[in-house]
Amino acid sequence: MIEIWRMIGQRLLLGLLTLFIVSVVIFGATELLPGDLARELLGQSATEETLAVLREQLGLNDPAPLRYWNWLSGVLQGDFGVSMATQRPISDLIAARLGNTLFLALYAAAMSVPFSLLLGVLAALWRNSVFDRVSNAGALTSISFPEFFVAYILILWLSQSGIFPSMVRISSSTSLTDMLYSCFLPALTLTLVVTAHMMRMTRAAIINLLASPYIEMSRLKGMSPLRVVLRHAVPNALAPIINVIALNLAYLITGVVVVEVVFVYPGLGQLMVDAVTNRDIAVVQAIALIFASAYVLLNLLADVLSTITNPRLMHRR
Amino acid sequence: MIAIYTLVVGLALFFALGWSSRFAMHAGAPAHNKPIFRDMPLTASFGMAVIIIYVFVSIFAPVLAPFREGEVVGSQYLPWAAPYYLGTDKLGRDMLTRLIYGARNTVGIAFATTMLAFVVGSILGIWAALVGGWLDQVASRIVDALMAIPALIFSLLLLTIFGTSVLTLILVIGAVDSTRVYRIARSVAQGIVVMDYIEAARLRGESNWRLIRREILPNAMAPLVAEFGLRFCFVFLAISALSFLGLGIKPPTADWGSMVRDNATLITFGDITPLLPAGAIALLTVAVNFVVDWQLHRASGLKE
Repeated sequence: MIEIWRMIGQRLLLGLLTLFIVSVVIFGATELLPGDLARELLGQSATEETLAVLREQLGLNDPAPLRYWNWLSGVLQGDFGVSMATQRPISDLIAARLGNTLFLALYAAAMSVPFSLLLGVLAALWRNSVFDRVSNAGALTSISFPEFFVAYILILWLSQSGIFPSMVRISSSTSLTDMLYSCFLPALTLTLVVTAHMMRMTRAAIINLLASPYIEMSRLKGMSPLRVVLRHAVPNALAPIINVIALNLAYLITGVVVVEVVFVYPGLGQLMVDAVTNRDIAVVQAIALIFASAYVLLNLLADVLSTITNPRLMHRR
Repeated sequence: MIAIYTLVVGLALFFALGWSSRFAMHAGAPAHNKPIFRDMPLTASFGMAVIIIYVFVSIFAPVLAPFREGEVVGSQYLPWAAPYYLGTDKLGRDMLTRLIYGARNTVGIAFATTMLAFVVGSILGIWAALVGGWLDQVASRIVDALMAIPALIFSLLLLTIFGTSVLTLILVIGAVDSTRVYRIARSVAQGIVVMDYIEAARLRGESNWRLIRREILPNAMAPLVAEFGLRFCFVFLAISALSFLGLGIKPPTADWGSMVRDNATLITFGDITPLLPAGAIALLTVAVNFVVDWQLHRASGLKE
């Protein structure tokens, strides 16, 4: 048990270091700009007074390390600064939307993970059959589709006939069943986009294992093919499967940006796109930091989980 | 009903294009290359045919298009009827013309971006593998840190700072994607730099630049070409997504991503016109993926 905790501790420290570097990159990206950030953001026609106000607001008069320190200590206390476009605290803007985005991502994950694992196991079980070929071709095709294409096809197909709403209208008083109903199309879009990759990796991981001697042994002693796969192949394929699931959940985080815009979903992605259009740098930095942290944490979680499921990694000599 | 009809027509087109292009390539290939094309799967020959058609359309766009790129030819949202075979968009520009010019603009910009990412990423990657030592360590750790941020999010951040124009779009996406190319190029080159012939070339006194160009690149070409295809798909989808979000290629330049965005309201009336540019994006990505899949399969020497 001690080994597990030590391993988790090490990974956590590494994750913290990564997070620190990510925050430096996100903050320091503004330093790449040659010249004055304030003038770049406001354009050539800005007066000296407005420039001075903006510089003061962004703290541009301080040296960069000091500004980074102020920003980071604010972020750690939940204070992301003030939005330039709306003059409201960024933490207020984010607070409501973060929950919505998390809800959508979790909803999509709850549909896509079981679905793709099932498809992957079945495709491996019946490999080279018609089912396998069709699901493979379908997977390759859906990987290649832009998210908005999938979204609009679903709108045309499921929303035109009036089954599901094409625009998401939710507030804090909406009940869970209503939320699930009105968010179904965006969640389904995300599911279709990530399922293909997870399914293909699950299939590949299991087929790789099916060639090993112990699988042949269990077959020779008369186990049914399904039992061979579920009892012997899947537990050993867990590490790559967990990794690819985490990778795709991380992909969901960025996938929500486009999907939220299509369905006018009040989430972080929508807010980020608006902020990029307005060049509201403080808001963009805050949301980028949130998305990047989620990405780093998911990868960390996958790393820990896949180590725990593999005894050979746990008891390394 | 419409879905089944579309599926049947799509499958028929797929087989027709696949078979005819395989036949044509097999007939046209030099004798020693014939077996490659004979065993080619239908998906790959279909992909090749689609890519060739796209290249043809984008080169001859001004000849093929019935109108000029930004020309307003009628009132907005006209239905599908001659002379506007695919109707008009929200400003009354001919949809077919915009689609044809979109092939040139969208695909051209994506190609240029992928080239940029490849030149920068592969040269830096191979150089890092060749020189090794602390330089390699520093470059690789920087790339690791940059890759810890999701690509789309990082691109959005950089676009906020540098502003949105076509040039910054190419530079930003190129820079973000070159980190991914760097990883591949470095790991491929690491297997090559330990070879005896590299040692021999070093002893001959060849410079690093000549080593990269003459000794390593030719031997790293096969995996890099397959990666180029995959990377192109990612870049193409990223640029389309950004254009769709209104942050990429701007009007009046005809571009598939922004065409979807501009005409999306039609979908709520059951009109499929806005799906055409999105479908054009999807079709090209599928085609490139099919060809890359075949190439990877061939290179890995796997047999069914």
